[in-house]
Amino acid sequence: MSKTLFDKVWDSHVVRKIEDGPDVFFIDRHFIHEVTSPVAFVGLKSRGIGVMYPERTFATADHNTPTWNQHLPVADPLSANQLEALANNAAEYGISHWGLGHRNNGIVHIVGPENGITLPGSTIVCGDSHTSTHGAFGAIAFGIGTSEVEMVLSTQCIMQPKPKKMRINVNGKLGFGVTPKDVALYIISQQTTSGATGYFVEYAGDVFENMTMEGRMTVCNLSIEMGARGGMIAPDEKTFEYIKGRKHTPKGADWDKAMEYWETLYTEEGAEFDAEFTYNAADIEPMITYGTNPGMGIGVTKSIPLAEQVEGGVATYKKSLGYMKFNEGDNMIGKEVDYVFLGSCTNGRIEDFRAFCSIVEGRQKADNITAWLVPGSHKVVDQIKEEGLDKILNAAGFVLREPGCSACLAMNDDKVPAGKLAVSTSNRNFEGRQGPGSRTLLASPLVAAATAVSGVVTDPRTLLEEVAV
Amino acid sequence: MAKSIKNMAYDKFEVLTSTAYPLPIENVDTDQIIPARFLKATERKGFGDNFFRDWRYDSEGNPIPDFPLNDAKYEGSKILVGGKNFGSGSSREHAAWSVYDFGLRCVISSFFADIFRNNCLNIGVLPVQVSPEFAQKLFDAIEADSKTEIKVDLPNQTVTLVSTGESESFDINGYKKGNMLNGFDDIDYLQNMKEEIAAFGETRPF
Repeated sequence: MSKTLFDKVWDSHVVRKIEDGPDVFFIDRHFIHEVTSPVAFVGLKSRGIGVMYPERTFATADHNTPTWNQHLPVADPLSANQLEALANNAAEYGISHWGLGHRNNGIVHIVGPENGITLPGSTIVCGDSHTSTHGAFGAIAFGIGTSEVEMVLSTQCIMQPKPKKMRINVNGKLGFGVTPKDVALYIISQQTTSGATGYFVEYAGDVFENMTMEGRMTVCNLSIEMGARGGMIAPDEKTFEYIKGRKHTPKGADWDKAMEYWETLYTEEGAEFDAEFTYNAADIEPMITYGTNPGMGIGVTKSIPLAEQVEGGVATYKKSLGYMKFNEGDNMIGKEVDYVFLGSCTNGRIEDFRAFCSIVEGRQKADNITAWLVPGSHKVVDQIKEEGLDKILNAAGFVLREPGCSACLAMNDDKVPAGKLAVSTSNRNFEGRQGPGSRTLLASPLVAAATAVSGVVTDPRTLLEEVAV
Repeated sequence: MAKSIKNMAYDKFEVLTSTAYPLPIENVDTDQIIPARFLKATERKGFGDNFFRDWRYDSEGNPIPDFPLNDAKYEGSKILVGGKNFGSGSSREHAAWSVYDFGLRCVISSFFADIFRNNCLNIGVLPVQVSPEFAQKLFDAIEADSKTEIKVDLPNQTVTLVSTGESESFDINGYKKGNMLNGFDDIDYLQNMKEEIAAFGETRPF
């Protein structure tokens, strides 16, 4: 029987099948961070058990780290305590640890691929739902809870029923000013925030084939926002080119052997999916969200749908718009914005900073905007400097901060104040996600940049045309 | 299989009959269940205090009296009936811990997000998925009488509205059901197959 990419990778990691139960599933790579791992180590200690394969786990600090003055002691005692717990646990069990200030430190889903830890055909988990990012390399990658972190530490396995399979095809040519983030927000708006629950998604079609690795990471990252367990894209020359020569990538004969396997990682003709959807690239505009889940997205030039036009409960919809202080039928363009956030595991890579710079170059940050520009890792910072993007940003009135998850989930001091409106390149617009009472509009780095220089929600195409060709 | 020796091991779940908190809102995400700023503990305790923090309290920290979890007429319930797509978003197990720590053992909804459902099962909270019609029936019954009792029978996999006897069956795989009935968790199971895992690990190319 023809197999899908997902079947090939999943089936090769099943240690044992339990009748009327989950599969015992082997994990090749495990990432941990300071927020969801400490309790797992407490569990290990109370059971008196150890870490089975410390070399398969990688620790980095990112969720609650400050993005300013990282060389100083962390001021918040609770955050400092978590960072210390991560460092101590890593040291005690012999786990690699990239703490604050380490040159490999950064957001877990950015430093994993950067260091060649993320490989095609591997299984990757982390106590973070955006672990789906790593699916961009043809890996099966998904978020787990802390009990499962403890399972992976102690046995390198978790117990999971095999998800159903969905394929999402996007074909055609993306329009001017339309980025991978827009493709993902468009798909989620079509699927809704729960449409892919129970499924693992494969993204296929020429839009993804033509996308850079950074773009593929952005798309796979957002798979969880339509409920999917994860998303993946078949590895190709671009994938192999990206990973070759990185710190943890196989070398020499090991590389050749790995390549033989990696080249078998594609969905065979005639393989079956439990669900399949096909979208047309030409239908996708620069996107923006208007509500309190990522499925509530529209083209930036569109107006907010009326309650009777949307699926789902009217009361829930009205509660959401009430929180956002928006009305049905409102236009998004021209809404006054207070904060702009560029960063996160969704859009904190070099390509995102290039896109942002393509608009702000030669312009000035609007006075009413507070902007937080947070690169995803020190390597991203280095590349920004190498390409001179920092000079463009500074000239336009922007300041680069230090790497971390930052305002995406606002566990550190980067909190959007109550009632303020932010255009954010991150992944969630839930109530209070960016700080208690904060209001979030999710969008691409281009929309964020256009808004940052205009002070109001702006269609980036109106600014790009001035500099394009 | 050894009984769990973990500090956080949960009590067995067999049959639970209780009143319920109603929360008829769709797409309740884990950032609402437990906001990120309360994830800074390094031990698993005290999460019940911040369960639905920003929906239970205003910005000055005063309880919002008409929010169901603050409403005295539902106090002591061990079941929460939530709207469709309950628990979406973040993988934080803290959300499931806060459910348990608040005193709940069962969440009923017409649809659950995957990771939240998994996390609940791993720590002894039973997620019960019912049809949208039955969920509505439960909401209506609770609204008509806050003392309405719901009986969740795990051995028979049924959920019953006690006042009328109306009942629906629910799915759970046999393995997880056994764990819940016995208070076991997956780590107990995995610990007992480490040799098999080690042999498998040998075959992995990277």
